[in-house]
Amino acid sequence: MADSAIKAASDPEFSQAPRAPISRPPSAWQKGFDVAFRNGAHAFGLLVVLLLAGIVFEVMRHAKTAMADYGLGFLTRSVWDANRAQFGILAEIVGTLYTSLLALFVGGFLGITVALVLSQGFVPRRVELVMKNVIELLAAIPSVVYGLWGIFVLVPAVRGPAAWLNEHFGSLPFFSTRLSGPGIFPASLVLSIMILPTVTAISREALAAVPKRLLSAAYGLGATRWEVIFRVTLPTALGGIFGALVLGFGRALGETMALAMLVGNANVFGWSLFSPGNTLAALLANHFPEAGKVEVGALMYAAAVLMLITLTVNALGSFIMLRTTRELKGLG
Amino acid sequence: MIPGTRFGAAIAALVGLCSISLSLACGKKQAPVAGTSDSAAPPPAAAAGPVTLQGSGASFPAPLYSRWFREFSDKNPDIRVNYQSTGSGAGIKAFIAGQTDFGASDAAMTDDEIKQAKDNVILLPMTAGNIVLAYNLEGVPALKLTREEYTGIFLGSIKKWDDPKIVATNPGVKLPKLDISVVHRSDGSGTSFVFTQHLAAINEKWKAGPGVGKSVNWPVGVGGAKNDGVAAQIQQTPGAIGYIEYAFAATTKQPTAQLENKAGKFVAPSLKASALALAAVELPPDMRAWVTDPAGDDSYPIVTYTWILAKKKYDDKTKADALKRMLKWSLSDGQKLSESLFYVPLPEAVAAQVLKAVDTIQ
Repeated sequence: MADSAIKAASDPEFSQAPRAPISRPPSAWQKGFDVAFRNGAHAFGLLVVLLLAGIVFEVMRHAKTAMADYGLGFLTRSVWDANRAQFGILAEIVGTLYTSLLALFVGGFLGITVALVLSQGFVPRRVELVMKNVIELLAAIPSVVYGLWGIFVLVPAVRGPAAWLNEHFGSLPFFSTRLSGPGIFPASLVLSIMILPTVTAISREALAAVPKRLLSAAYGLGATRWEVIFRVTLPTALGGIFGALVLGFGRALGETMALAMLVGNANVFGWSLFSPGNTLAALLANHFPEAGKVEVGALMYAAAVLMLITLTVNALGSFIMLRTTRELKGLG
Repeated sequence: MIPGTRFGAAIAALVGLCSISLSLACGKKQAPVAGTSDSAAPPPAAAAGPVTLQGSGASFPAPLYSRWFREFSDKNPDIRVNYQSTGSGAGIKAFIAGQTDFGASDAAMTDDEIKQAKDNVILLPMTAGNIVLAYNLEGVPALKLTREEYTGIFLGSIKKWDDPKIVATNPGVKLPKLDISVVHRSDGSGTSFVFTQHLAAINEKWKAGPGVGKSVNWPVGVGGAKNDGVAAQIQQTPGAIGYIEYAFAATTKQPTAQLENKAGKFVAPSLKASALALAAVELPPDMRAWVTDPAGDDSYPIVTYTWILAKKKYDDKTKADALKRMLKWSLSDGQKLSESLFYVPLPEAVAAQVLKAVDTIQ
């Protein structure tokens, strides 16, 4: 009864209002815009994929002759002599991996530690935010500035300790030569600072994504803060942290300018941290501008190798990241 | 919001903007070079404004060239000259591809490159420079090196500063017990070409080993990018020695070694000693003269010309005329500026010969 009374009372009001329905079919313009936007977005998305394919194709096209000429021997010899058309990039491949691994070792340890400090409430929130931004700003410093800083600040600073290590522990292969200036060690140190933002940002996110109920449960069982961090938080976020390390590694592999300035650009490889070396990216940067036709082919071959290494590492990192986020969200 | 984040974001945005505008600026710089080949087509429209000449190439004479072109444009406001120091190899490539009106190279052009330019090229020596061996040894203000010693150092057979040979050459000098750190160029460069050419001319082992080139397979040492990179590395490293252009050593006040020349005399690098070395070599008709090992008691041993590459015949007559005026000015009034910037002025006979060649440009 009451229901129908209300209906009756309100009905005339409705009927008096102009018959303009709230929902309207989209106008032709809106439809057109919608379609154009959707197609545009698809096209641009496709463009990115095509761009990558285009780059790979172009590099391969230029590298083809060199690949046929030098074969796999290119990967196992250490010589770069444009005059005699003899090329081999073993020293560069090993140098690239060596510097990047060292950088990962130092930068990874630092990065994860900082991420822990920034995500586990060790410092007031205000300080946390400032620190987080400062570290992310490290990524905004141009590579060439890192290089200059390395030459004028870092190298003189590490010369003393390096000489001491060489004198006292010279029998170890890592310290077997003297640091003359640029070399593997200063290059790796700068590289570790450069990958710090990547490693910190991603591992901080992984740590912050650990469900609060897990932590609460652990605290509830009487665990101390350290126990929670080492037994619960870190193991849970391990996948994400690992992904952060792999992505940092990928970044280190492709880094060019700072390394070209600091690594020494010598076509040799030694285990000693203080000896000069070379990396693929530095080789490319140094030799491209003045290269003749044959050398360009060899450089493209080297570029293809570098691309293969970085693509593999980055794909691996992204894959790990993807899997762990799914697991944390309970989708795994 | 916490002020820290906003501030951080502002800085990040600023840095980002800067890098974007930087890359834009770079892009702009390159754009006109690519466009010049087209702009050659409509001369009537261009005749109203100033004629712009585009050039690129060698970095070694770049300071002198930019000074020349600036002063020349001040006196001749109807002609503008843009010069980019991209390196000799890149300069030759751009010139052959027709992207520039003139090129510049420390290593002249090879026969093959001249063929690629369809023989429509004329090589003009514009100035000269010497390459010095700068070193970093505390308490050793003067150092003499014999031909055998400095090739030995770069071959890696002489490893210590207190090597008996170097000690014997420098009586009375207290040489430290220090490893020699050789510094060479990491990038391809005309400077390396000239230096290795000299080493190959005086030493069979070098000729058979690393050889001659804009970049060679260095037996020892670390590589620095460009002249400034090598100079900085020498300055930073105790016990270092490396080859750089004279101007870089002179401006940084880095001590340089006196080198034994063909006549067996030790000569310190100076503009006068280089001028003497140049005078000892006669310029051939194609003007590609290499001063690999000059004779004469007072000649400094490592000297080189540096060239501007011009076309024999230009499609655009106004451009050809402008270029001729610019080159003539550089070869006469311009030469007076050379010494203040540590370049060797061309010997008068050479300048006269080059001026004559400029006249043949059409």
